[in-house]
Amino acid sequence: MIRLSGVCKSYGTARVVDDVTAGIPSGGVTSIIGPNGAGKSTLLSLISRLQPMDAGTVAVGGLDVAATPSRQLARTMAILRQENHLTMRLKVRDLVAFGRFPHSGGRPTVEDRGHIERALEQLDLLPLADKFVDELSGGQRQRAFIAMVLAQDTEYLLLDEPLNNLDMKHSVEMMRLLRRLADELGKTVVVVIHDINFASCYSDTILAMRGGRLLHQGTPGQIMQPEVLREVYDIDIRIEEIAGNRIGVYFA
Amino acid sequence: MADATGLPSPAELRRRGPLRRTPSPAVVLAVLAAATLAAVVLFMTVDLRGNLGYILPLRAVKVGAMLLVAVAVGLSTLMFQTVTANRILTPSIMGFDALYLFIQTAVVFAVGGSALATAPAAGKFAVEVLLMVLCSGLLYRWLFTGGTQSLHLMLLVGIVLGTLLRGASSLLQRLMDPSEFIILQDLFFASFNQVDPVLLWVSAAVVGTVAAAAWRLRHTLDVLALGRETAVNLGVNHRRIVTWVLVMCSVLVAVSTALVGPVTFFGLLVVTLGYQLCRDYSHRWLLPAVSLLGAVALIGGQLVLEKVFGFDTALSILIEFAGGILFLFLLLKGYLK
Repeated sequence: MIRLSGVCKSYGTARVVDDVTAGIPSGGVTSIIGPNGAGKSTLLSLISRLQPMDAGTVAVGGLDVAATPSRQLARTMAILRQENHLTMRLKVRDLVAFGRFPHSGGRPTVEDRGHIERALEQLDLLPLADKFVDELSGGQRQRAFIAMVLAQDTEYLLLDEPLNNLDMKHSVEMMRLLRRLADELGKTVVVVIHDINFASCYSDTILAMRGGRLLHQGTPGQIMQPEVLREVYDIDIRIEEIAGNRIGVYFA
Repeated sequence: MADATGLPSPAELRRRGPLRRTPSPAVVLAVLAAATLAAVVLFMTVDLRGNLGYILPLRAVKVGAMLLVAVAVGLSTLMFQTVTANRILTPSIMGFDALYLFIQTAVVFAVGGSALATAPAAGKFAVEVLLMVLCSGLLYRWLFTGGTQSLHLMLLVGIVLGTLLRGASSLLQRLMDPSEFIILQDLFFASFNQVDPVLLWVSAAVVGTVAAAAWRLRHTLDVLALGRETAVNLGVNHRRIVTWVLVMCSVLVAVSTALVGPVTFFGLLVVTLGYQLCRDYSHRWLLPAVSLLGAVALIGGQLVLEKVFGFDTALSILIEFAGGILFLFLLLKGYLK
């Protein structure tokens, strides 16, 4: 369970996250949706202690993120941001191996090696494992970083726009993988996502934000309603039911 | 591809073949160590004549000073580049040694040269290092622990601070008594030929301690090189470690500047070469490699200059020339992004 209460963050005079109180249930996939500038990514970086908050508290699995030692948090929660820039030349396997740092402190054991190889396999990276990260395409690099946080083997997995840079095939595979992590390994997955239809098809809970505020929280069935989406995005979105999933049509 | 344990099978490992074709970092390190040893031995023995009891200790002090400066400059530059996640800015470029020169000037100005000349070298040095750590903490900490880091902003801040500090130093120097200024000049333009043996022992202890601390931090440094957000995700207390590394860099810069005066581009030269030779990101290799490279460059260079060309003090000029060209090259190749 991730509990947020009264979370606020401002940049200068602009309030990017405004008094957000919510509970993200354990297990399952939770998507955060909203237009550009809604504060989704900022909220994720506040939850994951990448940025300090101005007010409020966040507890991840009972650990207060402002007070718990960073290393202990790193064994409970992993975060991946959209932009990941490397200044050094690193092989994919070495990058993924860094995911074990919170557990091994830099001296990987046999068990750590197992986690690394499994993460590489789950993201289809075994053929690329000995390539340098800067030789990969954008989508492959994205997968390499996701493999790193996967190797971290945490109960909570936070991903900021994981579908960025991925084509349709890899987007679907990514969401299926996240679904599997939640269903089979019991992880709690929180993603910031732009495509409302991916959110609708693959998540259990959706948080809808706008202007720094949390407008709605609910199941895909509750959020995928024309009036709710109109309030969030300011456009008319028709909802169609296709194969049991609610799909928003916003092309006309 | 993988068995039930998730580990690759031996056949798979064989198929992948050897991990690299370039010489492994261990080999590079061994070669560098041998080269350093050869340089030290040659420096001590070439052209040895006259009163050995006089010449040998003199040369030993010189070699010791060069070794210490090599380690101090190499380690401080490497760690600085790691925590700022860049490959081009160094403590010198950011104005650290200008800060140390300013502190020395301010101390002479405030206390007076004659009082300082009679004060114990170790005590004076300790006070200066302490001031250096405090001031660099005040001036630079905010720049490196923040969430948003722009290399352009850092470079600009470094240049402005460096110019400001040098300006402030020269103002104080113009205001002070000419005889005190001469004492100060002695401090600034100390070369390897006139190192105080007491200062050398103090410096050796300080550099040794910091190097040991850096070695203990090697795995954390590897993680820091991934950038702030990834490091935080992996459980590194970024603010604390960066502050700590900044303290270590300040101390190392103070030592090397106290021993031989400012060397702006030496660190950049050595660390860039170290990355090229090791072809490895791991600080386990990089920390010793840059130290040894620095030692080979300084001792070997000094040896060649003194014995082959018959010059005496031009080594720093040569190093600055080569380092400056490298700096321009890196800038033009677009390393500053």
